[in-house]
Amino acid sequence: MIMSNSKFDDQPLLQVKNIHHSFVDGDTVTKVLNGVSLEIRAGETTAIVGPSGCGKSTLLYLLGLLDRPDKGEIYLNGEEVSKTEDHTRTALRNQSIGFVFQFHFLIKELSALENVALPIRKAGFSKMESQEKALEALEKLGLGSKADRFANKLSGGEQQRVAIARAIANSPSLILADEPTGNLDSQNSENVFSLLENLAHRERIGVLFVTHDSGLAQKCSNIVHFRDGLII
Amino acid sequence: MSLFGIVLGIAFFVITQAQTSGFEAFFIRTILGTNGAIRISDRFQDMHGTVSSISTNGKTRFTFQSREGARYTEGIAHPTLLRKALRRFAQVTGVSEILEGNAILSGSSRSQTIEFQGISLQEHIMVSDIEDQVIRGAIDSFSFDPMGILLGHRIAQRLMIEVGDRVTLKGGTGNIQLRVAGFFETGVSQIDKNRAYIHLANAKAFLGKRFSGSVFQLSISDPDKAPEIASQIQETIGHRVISWQEREKVWLDVFKALRISSALTVSSILLLSGLGIFNVFAIMVIEKNRDIAILRSMGFKPSDASAIFLWQGAIVLVAGVFFGSLIGMLSTYGISNIPLRIRGIFSTDSFVVNWDASHYLWAIMISVIFVSIASWIPARRAARIEPARIIRETL
Repeated sequence: MIMSNSKFDDQPLLQVKNIHHSFVDGDTVTKVLNGVSLEIRAGETTAIVGPSGCGKSTLLYLLGLLDRPDKGEIYLNGEEVSKTEDHTRTALRNQSIGFVFQFHFLIKELSALENVALPIRKAGFSKMESQEKALEALEKLGLGSKADRFANKLSGGEQQRVAIARAIANSPSLILADEPTGNLDSQNSENVFSLLENLAHRERIGVLFVTHDSGLAQKCSNIVHFRDGLII
Repeated sequence: MSLFGIVLGIAFFVITQAQTSGFEAFFIRTILGTNGAIRISDRFQDMHGTVSSISTNGKTRFTFQSREGARYTEGIAHPTLLRKALRRFAQVTGVSEILEGNAILSGSSRSQTIEFQGISLQEHIMVSDIEDQVIRGAIDSFSFDPMGILLGHRIAQRLMIEVGDRVTLKGGTGNIQLRVAGFFETGVSQIDKNRAYIHLANAKAFLGKRFSGSVFQLSISDPDKAPEIASQIQETIGHRVISWQEREKVWLDVFKALRISSALTVSSILLLSGLGIFNVFAIMVIEKNRDIAILRSMGFKPSDASAIFLWQGAIVLVAGVFFGSLIGMLSTYGISNIPLRIRGIFSTDSFVVNWDASHYLWAIMISVIFVSIASWIPARRAARIEPARIIRETL
C-alpha cells in the first residue's frame, strides 16, 4: 500500500517495475523481492517501512545500482538503468545518486572536508575545486567550521551530517538513505530528517528513506509498507 | 619493514654481483693478458672427416663425423703459411709463435723444474700483457739480450735469483746459459711459480725443434667472440684451435655457479619482502573492505580500488629501487677499498668489484616482479569487492 501526501505531479524521478531479487547460497535460493514496483518523484521524500529482513535494504541497494535485480526494470530520469554496463552504473552513482547509511561510513583517516570532497574529485574536479564545493556542502549542513576535523573527532550527529554532505556533494537527483537516523538520538534524528527534507524540497531531490521509525515515516511525502519482499 | 627489505635486497644483490663478477672479470683479464684469447696447437691428421652408415629398420642413413676422434700431430705445421691464412681473419689482432718445453732451471745454489716458453718478444707483446707484467728488471733488457730470460717472480724467490744473475737451463739437447733480464708477475700463481720466457730461437735450439712443435697464441678484437672465431679458424686451417672460454671452462663455471648462487640467495630477501608486502596489502584489503565498498557506492570504479594498492606497491618499489641502488653503489665502492690479499688463481691486494649496470637492472627486475605480484593479487581482490554485500554485512 502506498500512502501519498505528494504535492508534486512531475514525471517520476525513479520508477521501479516488477523487481525480483534472490540470494543464492550454494543450493539454497532465498527470494527477497517478489515483484516490487514503485515511483519516486523529484522534491519528494518517500519512506519504506517494514519489519527487519523484509528486503527493504536490498531494494535500496538495487535502486542505488550497487546490485542487479534478477528481473524487472529500474528507470532513473526515464532511462532504464538496471541492465546497463558497470561503468555507466558507476558514473550514475557518482553523478545522480547519493547514499546515506545508518552508520556514517566516513573514512576515518580523512578530514570532514576530504571525505566530502571524494565524490567531487571522482567527478573530475580539481583538488581545489573539489574542496571548495565540499566546503559549500558542509556549510549547507552547518559544519563549515568543522571541515578540517578528522571524521572520528566529530559527534555522531555531526558525522551523519558530514555523510549527508558527501551524499549531496555532486548535486544528485536521488538520495537513498538506509536508516539514516537509526544510530542517533531523537534530537539528532530530527535534525538529520529536517536537513534531508529541506534538501529534497529546496534542491528538488528525490529522497528515499528505509526506516523502522514510524514517526519519521509519517513526515515523508509518501510511505511504502513492505513485507516479505512485497509492497502491501 | 617491507620497504626496508626491498632496499636491503637490492643493495645486497648489487654488492654480491659486483664482487663475484668483479673477481671473474679480473680473472678473465689476467688470463687473457697471459695466455691470450685463442691458442692454435696441434695439426689434425684427419682433414676430411669420416662418413659412416647407420642401418635402422631397413633404412640406411649416412653420418659425417668431421673432428670426433680425429688424430693430430703435435704443434703447428708451416707457421708462415698459417700466419698468412690467419691474416684473412679480420678479428685476429696479433699472432705469437710459442715453443713450449720443460727444463730444470739452476741458479747459483738451487734448481727447479720449470715450464719455459720460447717467444718472439715483439710478437708476444701483441697478444699478452707481458710488458705490464714485468715487475723487476726491464723488458728491453730481455729484448736486446739474445741470451736473456724472464722469470716468474715466485721462481726467482724460490731460487733466490736476482736480476742480472746467470742461470742454466738443463734438459732438451743439453744445457744453455742465460742471463736474468727481469721478473714478471701475472697474478696467476701457477704461472708465476713455474713459467719462464726465453727467445724463440734459443727454445728451438734447446729443444732441437727447429721446424716443428710450436703453437700460436692469438689476440682478437672481441674476446667474447673467441669461441666462434676459434671454430671458424679450426675449420679453415685444420688445426686444433681452443678459445680461452674452452681452456678456462672449469674456473669460469666456478665463477658462474658462485654468481648464480649468490643471486638466488639474495633474491630470497626480495622474495620475503614481496611476501611481506603481500601480507600487509592482503590484510589492508580485509580491513578496508568497508571503505572500499563506500568508495564504490560514491562512484569509484573497481580499477580505482585496485589502483590504491598498485600505487602503494609502486611507491614502495620506487623508494626501494632508489635507496637500494644508492646503498648498493656506495657499499660496492666501500668494499672495493677493503684491503684483501689474494694469491691463487689471480693476485690482488684489495676486493675486486665490477661496476656493471646489468647488476642494478637484474635487481630492479626481480624486485619489480616480486612487488608487482605482491601488489597485484590484493589489488585484484580489492577490485572484486561487491559493495552491496559488504555494506549489508556491516550493518
